[in-house]
Amino acid sequence: MTPLDHQSLNYTPLSYGQLFMKVMNRDLKVAIHNKGDILNPLIFLVIVITLFPLGIGPETNLLTRIAPGIIWVAALLSALLSLERLFKNDFIDGSLEQMLLSPQPLFIMVLAKITAHWLLTGLPILIIAPLLGLMLHMEPLAYPALMITLAIGTPVLSLIGAIGVALTVGLKKGGVLLSLLILPLYIPLLIFATGAIEAASLGMPYGSHLAIISALLIGAITLSPFAVSSALRVSTN
Amino acid sequence: MWKWLHPYAKPERSYQLASTLLPWFAISSVILLTIGVVWGLAFAPSEAYQKEYYRIIYIHVPAATLSMSVYMAMATAVLISMVWQLKLADATAAALAPVGATLTTIALITGAIWGAPSWGTSWVWDARLTSYLILLFLYLGVIALNNAFDDKALASRAAGILTLVGVVNIPIIKYSVEWWNTLHQTATISKFDSPSMSTEMLWPLLINITGFAFMIGTLTLIRFKNEVLARNSMRPWVIELATKEGIK
Amino acid sequence: MHFDSLSDFFAMGGHAFYVWWSYGITFVLLITLTVVSVIKRKSLLTQIAQQHEHEKKLKQMRKDKKKNES
Repeated sequence: MTPLDHQSLNYTPLSYGQLFMKVMNRDLKVAIHNKGDILNPLIFLVIVITLFPLGIGPETNLLTRIAPGIIWVAALLSALLSLERLFKNDFIDGSLEQMLLSPQPLFIMVLAKITAHWLLTGLPILIIAPLLGLMLHMEPLAYPALMITLAIGTPVLSLIGAIGVALTVGLKKGGVLLSLLILPLYIPLLIFATGAIEAASLGMPYGSHLAIISALLIGAITLSPFAVSSALRVSTN
Repeated sequence: MWKWLHPYAKPERSYQLASTLLPWFAISSVILLTIGVVWGLAFAPSEAYQKEYYRIIYIHVPAATLSMSVYMAMATAVLISMVWQLKLADATAAALAPVGATLTTIALITGAIWGAPSWGTSWVWDARLTSYLILLFLYLGVIALNNAFDDKALASRAAGILTLVGVVNIPIIKYSVEWWNTLHQTATISKFDSPSMSTEMLWPLLINITGFAFMIGTLTLIRFKNEVLARNSMRPWVIELATKEGIK
Repeated sequence: MHFDSLSDFFAMGGHAFYVWWSYGITFVLLITLTVVSVIKRKSLLTQIAQQHEHEKKLKQMRKDKKKNES
């Protein structure tokens, strides 16, 4: 796979949109070649969800009560599992360095890579979430809230996680460190998301929770690419 | 006006300044802490509800208030290092992290011990406690990242980015946890309501807070000197110092 | 002094366990951090000195080699 094809000699300036699409398409293509990267975190998610009823006991009431928390924590963990491939392969084969050297704005490229990562990991979680809710006997009223919080929350996972990956990509034992760095930062999201679902299952309005998660998303979109860019510069030295 | 500051951008000068300041900080902290602890433990009157075990306040409150300040100091140092490329600010930030982590640990442990008699439980998922626990995690992340790189300058830049991300997150964490707590908590915990502490109780506390601040200064200076040495290990003055003191 | 006797002071009104444990742990943690920091300085200096010695030897060896060759 050629790193980025705009690096040829007849260089024509790309618009931000074109650049974004090019980087994203490349990442998606690479990911389709190794399907395991997409599927394994999903399987992990389903297995973790399966473990809870086995560990706690199949009591329906209890499961209904803790379902939002379990689904979100499992989503967090599976996101963590999939994060490493965001920059690792590119770092190993050198295309990350090419990306940093290219004259294109890094902000856009980083954002494109994170978007591709979300499409590959966040979106599948969103698709199977109703199934997970079903497995845990989630309150029927809570399904819309679950879907909406996952839809705005999982991009935040990718955006914040990208900072951690960018910081640890150059390290040999980055995996464990990565979880230490970013899990604390995920806590507010977890609190608001499960809060929203819980409120929904009680039939209460949960708009304020959603507003805060959206604010987190907007903040993460604007700030995280900057942090990721400078972290990548540190990691590739 | 700033001219007198310039020489201190040189590691050697700063190292010397740290060495001259160190004994004063150490002596002040030992004196203040001795006075504060003895006064707090033996002479301050007992509290109406909590009798004697309220005396944990004299270490818990200083540790808790200052652990947050240390994080802000660390973030300021990182910002200075990023804006003015001052390497000594990196050394300061790296020196502060373990001190802050220790203070946060102290605040959490003493809080848990204090909670046992006053709340009847060592740990509640109270907003304060939870956000301090997360603060500890942030400190540990910064320390881990600082140790993960072989190159000290690189480690500092990486840890610096994490520190700043953490600063953005601290208010978010604080409010999220507070809100989460009020939403979920059914049983209200009777908190230690101090009806505006009496002055005999307050004085030792203030002395101890100052003493803790000086102690943080002392520890930071010791660690700052270490960091400066480690970062300048190829400089002649460091080698001279090392051959004089290192091998004996 | 607030307490009547020394044993009263140590008993802390029946809450000795809580008070002394928290002061003890604080003390131990702070002392540990201080000691670790001070020891680190020693080991750092030794390490730097050793490295310097090592480099000096290498330089000397190279010089000797050149002399022998010429």
